[in-house]
Amino acid sequence: MIIETKTSQAIQSNTPTIMTANNVDVFYGKKQAICNVSLNIPENQITALIGPSGCGKSTFLRCFNRMNDTINICRVSGEIKFSGQNIYDPKVDVVALRSRIGMVFQKANPFPKSIFENVAYGPRIHGLAESKDELESIVIRSLKRAGLYDEVSDRLSEPGTSLSGGQQQRLCIARAIAVDPQVILMDEPCSALDPIATAIIEDLMETMKKKYTIVIVTHSMQQAARVSQQTAFFHLGELVESGDTQAIFTNPIQERTQNYISGRIG
Amino acid sequence: MSENHIVASFDNDMSKLESLFQEMGDIVLVQLKDATRALRKEDRDLAKKVVKGDKQLNELERDLNDLAIKILALRQPFAIDLRYVLTTLKSAGHLERMGDLTRNMAQRTRTIAKAEAETGPIETLIRMSKLVQGMTETILEAYKSRDGELAKKVRAQDEKVDMAHNSLFRELVTYMMEDASNISACMHVLFIAKNIERMGDNIADIAKEIIYMTTGDWPEGKRAKSDKTSKIIFS
Repeated sequence: MIIETKTSQAIQSNTPTIMTANNVDVFYGKKQAICNVSLNIPENQITALIGPSGCGKSTFLRCFNRMNDTINICRVSGEIKFSGQNIYDPKVDVVALRSRIGMVFQKANPFPKSIFENVAYGPRIHGLAESKDELESIVIRSLKRAGLYDEVSDRLSEPGTSLSGGQQQRLCIARAIAVDPQVILMDEPCSALDPIATAIIEDLMETMKKKYTIVIVTHSMQQAARVSQQTAFFHLGELVESGDTQAIFTNPIQERTQNYISGRIG
Repeated sequence: MSENHIVASFDNDMSKLESLFQEMGDIVLVQLKDATRALRKEDRDLAKKVVKGDKQLNELERDLNDLAIKILALRQPFAIDLRYVLTTLKSAGHLERMGDLTRNMAQRTRTIAKAEAETGPIETLIRMSKLVQGMTETILEAYKSRDGELAKKVRAQDEKVDMAHNSLFRELVTYMMEDASNISACMHVLFIAKNIERMGDNIADIAKEIIYMTTGDWPEGKRAKSDKTSKIIFS
């Protein structure tokens, strides 16, 4: 099946691409969840994936670090390139891949360990620190980058689960960036948070994009409009339209995009 | 595009915004027609009615502004809805200014009529007013039917108003040169002509907004303008 995807307004052509999806199909058993999607992810920018529930945006996000591999009936075809290499190549080390492409989930899921250990876990298993001091400096740096350090510096040994929802989510962000990824995938990272905690994370994302590339799935179109530079609209497993966020939200090309973002179809 | 929003009260707000704009437009049209008739017949009572009528227009604009702000704040519209609300908000400002200009016409008409002063030939002025009345009717239709092509035609028509203004400027200056006692009344007529010319500019600006509303792009290039009065000198 060939589906024509219209690009609203190309992101500045001089922005380098860090990941590229080419003709990606995803099946859950016989049901096709993603149909022939191609999308470039610009480096050091935030790309938002929007669309109604069940449109395939989270499925597509999970393709970027092969999280769908864990689902037995899930089959992915097509090509996703990261730094020029197809991540679905059988030779790819998936664990190493996921350290380069981290993920933050809808519900904050800290390990049942201390704040320190939550962040230290990744660098330790990946052997990123040669000494205790180095590990500590990675933990502190990651907590600082996640905008959490000042709030937890005097209680690093307390359980991660003792933090508030917004702090737990930032702890998960710190845990993701502790292994020094290049891309961070976020699946509805703020949907369980209040507006203030959401604003803190959005502000953090703005800072983080200088160092990382972020792909975010969000149900909040206002959030997509606020934080992203590129927006991709999914509907019924198809990529209907992608392009510059401002163009998508002021003057989308496709009627389906127009109807969805203006609240005419769900 | 599907016509209705999932949230029905959003549609109600948008319809209310549209009807407020249409009501403002209808009043501006009546005001301009009345102000023109008052001038032609030197009817002081009708002129007075026009002056008073402007108040209603200001109140409607205030209601429209409040509603547009409410929609922007509470509905946070995107895409065509966003463009529609912004276009309506900005265009209502143009209609309100057109109302101010008709009031000024009527005030000057009252002064001329009271002094029983000689205004000279005003046929060109009436023709200018008719042109602007036609443009107002068409632009309201373009807004209602969301017709960008129609708005483009209206935008181009403003040049005719400018040309009529040039011609009237020459006529009136000649008339004043013939007899200095005509100067006072003719100056008022000249200001009235300028008011009508500026109404044409306001309509051209609304047309530009409607083109943006329907296409998402601003019209390219400058529109044709022919107001040469700033360059005319008689010696």
